[in-house]
Amino acid sequence: MSKIQVNEVTKKYADHTALDRMCIDIPERCIYGLLGPNGAGKTTLIRILNQITAPDSGEVLVNGEKLCQKHIACIGYLPEERGLYKKMKVGEQAIYLAELKGIKKAEAQKRLKVWFDKFEIGGWWDKKVEELSKGMQQKIQFVTTIIHEPDILIFDEPFSGFDPINANLLKGAILELRDKGATILLSTHNMASVEELCDSITLINNGKSILQGRVGDIKRQHDTHKREIIIRTDDIQPIFALGDTYNNIKVEPSDIHDEVKLTTYSESPNELLSQLMQIGELVSYKEVLPSMNDIFIQEVQSQNQVS
Amino acid sequence: MNKIGLIIKREYLTRVRKRSFLILTFLGPILMAAIYIIPIMLALNSSTDHLRVAVVDESRWFEERFTSNENHTFVTMHGQPLDSVKEMVKTGVFDMALYVPPTQLSLPSNAVVYSIRQVPLEMETYISSVMEKEIEAQKLMAQGVDPAVVNAVKTNVNLQVMRMDDKGNEKETFTEVQFILGMVLAMMVYFFIMFFGGQVMQGVAEEKNNRIIEVIISSVKPFQLMMGKIIGVSLVALTQFVMWILLTGVLYVGFSAFIGISNPELLSQGTVMAQEITSNDIMSNESVQSILQIVHSIDFGTIIVSFLIFFILGYLLYATLYAAVGSLVDNNTDSQQFTLPITVPLMVAFISSFYIVNNPDNSLSVWLSMIPFTSPISMMVRVPFGVPIWQIMLSVVLLAGTFVLMTWLAAKIYRTGILMYGKKLTYKEIFKWLKYK
Repeated sequence: MSKIQVNEVTKKYADHTALDRMCIDIPERCIYGLLGPNGAGKTTLIRILNQITAPDSGEVLVNGEKLCQKHIACIGYLPEERGLYKKMKVGEQAIYLAELKGIKKAEAQKRLKVWFDKFEIGGWWDKKVEELSKGMQQKIQFVTTIIHEPDILIFDEPFSGFDPINANLLKGAILELRDKGATILLSTHNMASVEELCDSITLINNGKSILQGRVGDIKRQHDTHKREIIIRTDDIQPIFALGDTYNNIKVEPSDIHDEVKLTTYSESPNELLSQLMQIGELVSYKEVLPSMNDIFIQEVQSQNQVS
Repeated sequence: MNKIGLIIKREYLTRVRKRSFLILTFLGPILMAAIYIIPIMLALNSSTDHLRVAVVDESRWFEERFTSNENHTFVTMHGQPLDSVKEMVKTGVFDMALYVPPTQLSLPSNAVVYSIRQVPLEMETYISSVMEKEIEAQKLMAQGVDPAVVNAVKTNVNLQVMRMDDKGNEKETFTEVQFILGMVLAMMVYFFIMFFGGQVMQGVAEEKNNRIIEVIISSVKPFQLMMGKIIGVSLVALTQFVMWILLTGVLYVGFSAFIGISNPELLSQGTVMAQEITSNDIMSNESVQSILQIVHSIDFGTIIVSFLIFFILGYLLYATLYAAVGSLVDNNTDSQQFTLPITVPLMVAFISSFYIVNNPDNSLSVWLSMIPFTSPISMMVRVPFGVPIWQIMLSVVLLAGTFVLMTWLAAKIYRTGILMYGKKLTYKEIFKWLKYK
């Protein structure tokens, strides 16, 4: 069942079109990646989902209902450009932000305590925000985003400003939230985290969706039939000879002295494999799918050339 | 709505808890009290300072004309040369020397005071008035007029000003009091709008530049945030205002108890000086009677009610504009140009109050007190002089209507402005925002 449906949403600003008949279908209980170069329209789409701006045409459905005021309480939003009131105390501020989302003060206090302990920031309750480092502020911001336990979470570049240890902590928290039933929209330029976390993605460029689908499917679609084969043999000479007969094979010595690495782009590798197996021992055969990074660059560049 | 309530609460509490608020709250009344107290202190001080003046009168007209009292002693130096008397001033035998040069046929018309220290204004005034009186008397005598006759002819006219209404009721008015009251009220409205409007602007700019704005407006509507801030700050203003009145009252009563009971004349003297009423005898024997009359002549009910209405509505009108301008403030770009449309009408209203206070019923004054951008200040100048109730009502309706209209416009600018970063803005572009959905 789909949690969020974006149907034909268009948003124009004075001098450009930020979103052009955008359609996205975000299934329930998944982490959905929203990718695209700077200025593609991601922030506009996110702002529409948060009802900060309204679309010129088209509609957004949440749980099959038209997006409206009551959905504000079931969305948690971590904007890319984040900030807190510098002069306010951490605890006071967290409670204020929770109350704005409709949580009672006592309940907010209880939940905040749990999350503050989890993120090891319990001791900062009475500190002013301006006394904290940027990374610490990011943690607080994250906690205030999820404190009302929304079933939709929108994270815009959530990992920026975190060191690897804290980034891991955050990843764990995001996966945990998904497992508890939240639907997460993740907008990021960090392709490694997309591959690690996202189930499905949409790639936006110039206000249009240019690529949509499950991460695995997309990778399969962009398969270049690149395969890596490692052969163990005493005599590597015949393998180099093979490289000359098949024109799309690259042969290079491996790190281990009696092994050879072959890279092939053949669509029917079985014949090659059987020949290789006569020469030596097959150590590994691996399909190498393109990284999301490559797909991103390839898709955006080819689309920009067309237009 | 509940969320607006939360925003109001936060805006109010964070501001009231600030040290600057506390300082201002306590400093304000102290400054106000100082206006009363300092003249009194000065009066007390000068009376203890005894001055000795040596008089070298070579014209011999004024000898023995200067009388000594507890504040000063005049000593006539018969036949002593000026230089030796100056020496005595230098060594401190006398505080100063008055020298009148010799004259041949005419009456003297100039004199010199030699002193090491600054000569008190009081002393200068006393010396010249004694001399003028003497010269006048001599001139009158030369014309064959007895100065006693002239004194007998002098008359004081007691001019009463009575305002009548159409029912034939008459009421005495005191222009000086109305004048001061009008100016004080106008100034208070002016400074409160400037000060607290500025706070709204700063608050909005702070949220925008902190980037917290996007978090907040994903929970509440920009309009709720804007109105919450404006109302929250207005409550701060009212709190400050009430605190000032209470503290000023406490200070005034406390000071009166300290000084006033033992020396009531000085207190009234100080008050008179503070209010710049030059006539010295307004507080004399009939002072109690006239104070009661003055107090009775002022329509405090109307003044307080209209002050609250015009102050609150005026503040609300300008605060929405300040909020809109605050949303345009960006750390990177210059936003000074956008405050101009706010400060200009405020300045016009403030400066024109000097004109209105002298012509409260003039047609220009009436117009200024009707135009919503100037009316909060201009009307307050006029109110102590008595304004027809229909004019006040009309002005209030116009002001309230403009406030609603401006809120609508400001909200449109605000909700686009707060999300606009790093872009050089023009009036043309802002005008386009009004059309956004």
